[in-house]
Amino acid sequence: MSDLVTGRTGDWEVVIGLEVHAQVSSKAKLFSGASASFGSAPNENVSLVDAAMPGMLPVINRECVYQAIRTGLGLKAQINLTSVFDRKNYFYADLPQGYQISQFKDPIVGEGSLRIVMADGSTRDIGIERLHLEQDAGKSMHDQHPTKSYIDLNRTGVALMEIVSRPDMRSAAEAAAYVRKLRSILRYLGTCDGNMEEGSLRADVNVSVRRPGGPLGTRTETKNLNSLRFIQLAIDHEVARQIEIIEDGGTIDQETRLFDTATGATRTMRSKEDAHDYRYFPDPDLLPMIVTQDEVDALASALPELPDDIRDRLMGEYGLSAYDAAVITEERDTARYYEAASDGRDRKLVANWMTVELFGALNKSGKSLENCPITPEKLGELVGLISDGTISGRIAKDVFADMFETGKGAAAIVDEKGLKQVSDSGAIETLIDQVLAANQDKVDDYRGGKDKLFGFFVGQVMKESGGQANPGMVNQILRSKLDGA
Amino acid sequence: MSVDKTTVAKIARLARINVPDERLEPLAAELNGILNWIAELDEVNTDNVEPLASVTGHALPMRDDVVTDGNRLDDVLSNVPEGASGFFVVPKVVE
Repeated sequence: MSDLVTGRTGDWEVVIGLEVHAQVSSKAKLFSGASASFGSAPNENVSLVDAAMPGMLPVINRECVYQAIRTGLGLKAQINLTSVFDRKNYFYADLPQGYQISQFKDPIVGEGSLRIVMADGSTRDIGIERLHLEQDAGKSMHDQHPTKSYIDLNRTGVALMEIVSRPDMRSAAEAAAYVRKLRSILRYLGTCDGNMEEGSLRADVNVSVRRPGGPLGTRTETKNLNSLRFIQLAIDHEVARQIEIIEDGGTIDQETRLFDTATGATRTMRSKEDAHDYRYFPDPDLLPMIVTQDEVDALASALPELPDDIRDRLMGEYGLSAYDAAVITEERDTARYYEAASDGRDRKLVANWMTVELFGALNKSGKSLENCPITPEKLGELVGLISDGTISGRIAKDVFADMFETGKGAAAIVDEKGLKQVSDSGAIETLIDQVLAANQDKVDDYRGGKDKLFGFFVGQVMKESGGQANPGMVNQILRSKLDGA
Repeated sequence: MSVDKTTVAKIARLARINVPDERLEPLAAELNGILNWIAELDEVNTDNVEPLASVTGHALPMRDDVVTDGNRLDDVLSNVPEGASGFFVVPKVVE
């Protein structure tokens, strides 16, 4: 699959790297005892440390450190037993300290990798460069007053993990697959809730273009994208913009850009020539952070089974397609549902029913798996009825719709409505004879060489049976009657 | 290492300190005096010496993940020049 973009003067290769900010799931903040919960009244979850009152000292939350280590282990990354906190200096109204405590030179997690699965089932490994812990900033509201901004420090000091990828992605679709997979791993691990709408997960996107195989182009960074759709739109816009500038003989400025969700376009941030001069230095309030190999080992042994492991199992043991396996394992709840529904059933058939019918019905009704009217056991029961020939796949769709509507069991509905598949060859033969007798002209045409009419006869027989005739048997008996006679 | 007038102006701007033009040259001279004095340390051979982050020998103390603070709006806002509805209010800063 080629991801090259064709411009006016030839093909271009897109190079994408992502910096994802993921809010650590914890009760308290990274360096203070204030609550990290979302949705409180303004400045309610603020301690004097967060407000940067003089003389306040930060004390690190051990659980946030462990969450970062768990995430690092989930990304198969190197865990650095010694890491250092630095001050990243800049002035903004929602940053009372005048600096963000972050990790610059010595992050807690080093290189790792993450495997993405594309829609065609192909996989790619995306390199992780590092993961470090840092403080979130507060929230500024600019729409409350014509000349003032309102500041809420509830987010100030909440722990974030910044997860930096290598520039290994080559299309907007790969970038979206990367974020989706990263979110999935974080949610399996329970280290971030992955809620993009609330801002628990947001991405900065670095994009450049180059001639295939040529030297890297100049990149731009588009900040703070909080949905998969915006990430893809921002990349597509940025790629088109950069190619046009270069093909017109211009050059790309290395700059920070903003994505306008209303127009779908990126635009340059008001010129901030000093914006990147953060003057990092080790925070004198914090000693180097030491964790022991024993601690890391204990965290590693308590990790849950991760999506890639489950995916390998579903493909290896159950024979699912790469894509079905990826879809089913994206969310822990989905994987659990599948395991329960397919236990003792035709695993592949259950996967089909889940990814097509069940997800379709959930989507359409705006429901989630959590409040799904069909329990995993009941979906398994339905698939069981198909497997043992009690009902046909077509009838099963009606039964499914009924189950989704009422929450009843599959067998109960089949009994109630008399939907049992007719597998009695005598009964089917009678039906076929009726259909052939009623359509003698078409029978003659068929025998005269119009092979395609076979489908018509199958359709008629199925219709006469109210969809209940066993389609395999109809085919077989029809074939022998039409061709054999 | 030494700094010139332009560097001093840049550092001042980054630190949001207003330095009048006529003070830049003298300030550069003062800073260079300090830098030259500290530069004496360059004479010490530090090959194979790990950077020293702390002289105490203590590890970074950690605390448990328990909410022990917050809900002190009056304290937090006690020094604000302007507040409203529990918010800090500042001159509009919008990108």
